[in-house]
Amino acid sequence: MAKITYLEAIYQAQAEEMDRDSKVFIMGEDIRCNVFGTTTGFVERFGEERVRDTPISENGFIGAAGGAAMVGMRPIVDATISSFLFPAMDQICSIIAKSRYIYGGQAQLPLVIRSCLFYGNSNAAQHSDRPYSMFMNMPGLKIIAPSNAHDMKGLLKAAIRDDDPVMSFEDSTCWMVKSEVPDDLDFVIPLGKGEVKREGTDVTVVAIAGAVNIALKAAEKLKAEGISVEVVDPRTLVPLDRDIILRSVRKTGRAICVDPAHKTCSAASEIAATIAEEAFEALRAPVVRVTTPDTHLPFSPHIEKPLYPSVERIMDAARRLVGAPAPQPQPA
Amino acid sequence: MSASRDNDRRIEKYRRMQRIRQFETRAETIHAAGEIPGALHTYAGMEASGVGACMALRDDDYMVGTHRSHGHPIAKGAKLRPLMAELLGKVTGICKGKGGSMHLSDFSMGSLGETSIVGSGGPVTAGAALGAKLQGLDRVALCFFGDGASSEGAIHEGMNLAAVWKLPAIFVCENNRFGMSTPTAAGVAGAHVADRAHGYGIPGVIVDGQDVDAVEAAVREAVDRARAGKGPTLIETKTYRYADHAVNMGRDLTPRGPEHDEWLARDPIVLYRARLVEDGISGSDLDAIDVQVAEEVADALNFARESAYPAFEEAFDHVFVDRLPIPDDVRAHA
Ligand SMILES: Cc1ncc(C[n+]2csc(CCOP(=O)(O)OP(=O)(O)O)c2C)c(N)n1
Repeated sequence: MAKITYLEAIYQAQAEEMDRDSKVFIMGEDIRCNVFGTTTGFVERFGEERVRDTPISENGFIGAAGGAAMVGMRPIVDATISSFLFPAMDQICSIIAKSRYIYGGQAQLPLVIRSCLFYGNSNAAQHSDRPYSMFMNMPGLKIIAPSNAHDMKGLLKAAIRDDDPVMSFEDSTCWMVKSEVPDDLDFVIPLGKGEVKREGTDVTVVAIAGAVNIALKAAEKLKAEGISVEVVDPRTLVPLDRDIILRSVRKTGRAICVDPAHKTCSAASEIAATIAEEAFEALRAPVVRVTTPDTHLPFSPHIEKPLYPSVERIMDAARRLVGAPAPQPQPA
Repeated sequence: MSASRDNDRRIEKYRRMQRIRQFETRAETIHAAGEIPGALHTYAGMEASGVGACMALRDDDYMVGTHRSHGHPIAKGAKLRPLMAELLGKVTGICKGKGGSMHLSDFSMGSLGETSIVGSGGPVTAGAALGAKLQGLDRVALCFFGDGASSEGAIHEGMNLAAVWKLPAIFVCENNRFGMSTPTAAGVAGAHVADRAHGYGIPGVIVDGQDVDAVEAAVREAVDRARAGKGPTLIETKTYRYADHAVNMGRDLTPRGPEHDEWLARDPIVLYRARLVEDGISGSDLDAIDVQVAEEVADALNFARESAYPAFEEAFDHVFVDRLPIPDDVRAHA
């Protein structure tokens, strides 16, 4: 076990899998110079053929990853910021997601498309997207959204070994956070397995990506108010571990879905709908979503920051669900 | 053109280049001090490209730019106050604090956006040229894009569309030798971006991007052609980016070669000043412009500093024509 950051976890997962399997190669814009520290020493270690800087043409090189995968390679594409997936929507949605299906199983596309969720730091609307739920609406794409280094490493390794296309959404708010990660070269976390990050009895908080860490903070604070929160991290959005979510909600009878994405058709929406459909009889209160509202993300920090799910918003939602009053401000 | 009017134009080119340089020098300093949030991509070294191109346009001609957005509006004549206020995220900013450094876009000066998605301005330019043509306006639309952006499909689609429909468009590739850490040759096939024009059957022109007069002349020819209904032109300005891709990042990603010093020795503002003095414009007149520009920049910064940050409601305005309501649970903690 070693304590490493989320970015180091990405680096290790890539390096170990490239060591293990010569079919794995990586490409993306400016990856050789290692902007984020996820490809440290890769050119020296794996050579320029397997560590490729691409032109700025996402539809081209992401589509090319699909083509290389069809003929037996296992590409990792580093698309850097998830907003840059949009120029590649065509290849991702029309070719990569659908080829296995339309050709009746003849095509296989084992590739990983990595990108980060780059929000919260005044990068304005065109760079701050959290678009995983848009891809959840497209069958044929597996999706991971890890919340810590441990999960990042285990899920990314599983993604690289998986025979289907996997999109990895990496939350930049988690980049520098450290956690214990096993040294075992075969440490993988199966896609589609969520985890209870904290046990509790009054309210279930199902949180996505970086929101998990905010939910854990809120849970700790709510404990002081006598509210016991269970935090569930699905970790994989497709396939979604519905069982772990439903089991928790059947226990607590209350659910809050926290998601940094915009509210409408968010991952939180899908989870809330699942709970309403499958665990209605267990619910003691309505299912609540805590998300980013359906507006764009502005540059000015003063109006950007309050838009995201926060500890306070989760706490408010939890108090509301259990019928607890908000604490009165203490006189100074 | 009379000699004195010609001199006025040349002095104006000098002034606008100075404005860009001084505006950005100031911005870089206060960004380092934490006064400007987000990333700051400076245009230093490329002033002649933007100013030369914009001086060939009319005020009502359209222009689309990039993430490296400070130079283009100043080149087209925009006032500095709303630009500086935008960098500071203030409500008096040109985008009300919602765009920031990558989007300094003044629509009153014909801008149709400075877009930070690389290459995304190509189709917009073709569309603006189409719109102008359909409305019988004799306006042209000019697209600034980088050498790196020339690899994006959207740029090709925009140029092809403009060529097929003979639209009044000008595509200006500002080849500053790099896209982030990638030298042009590593990202762009072929010797010159301008060569791609042949594939569309339109003129492809290479021009010294450090020579503001040369850029203006090349773009003027393209503008005349476009206004005459003869279709688009692709112009490649050979220029150079002085600073790192974005400034104050702690680490220079740009693989500088031995030619770095040669480029610095051909600074577009220094070159132009020397030419003007040689042609009889007095150095003290130019000094006076430098001082005026310094005052404009100081005034813009004061204005920006004294301006308010946007109210929270602003985050919900301009998604649509009608402002969106603020959800209660969000308002409670804003
Ligand atoms: C679609 C898209 N892909 C990637 C990026 C990240 N990015 C921002 S600027 C840049 C380099 C652009 O190079 P170039 O077009 O030559 O313009 P320059 O920065 O040199 O002015 C890259 C890769 C982006 N903003 N948009």
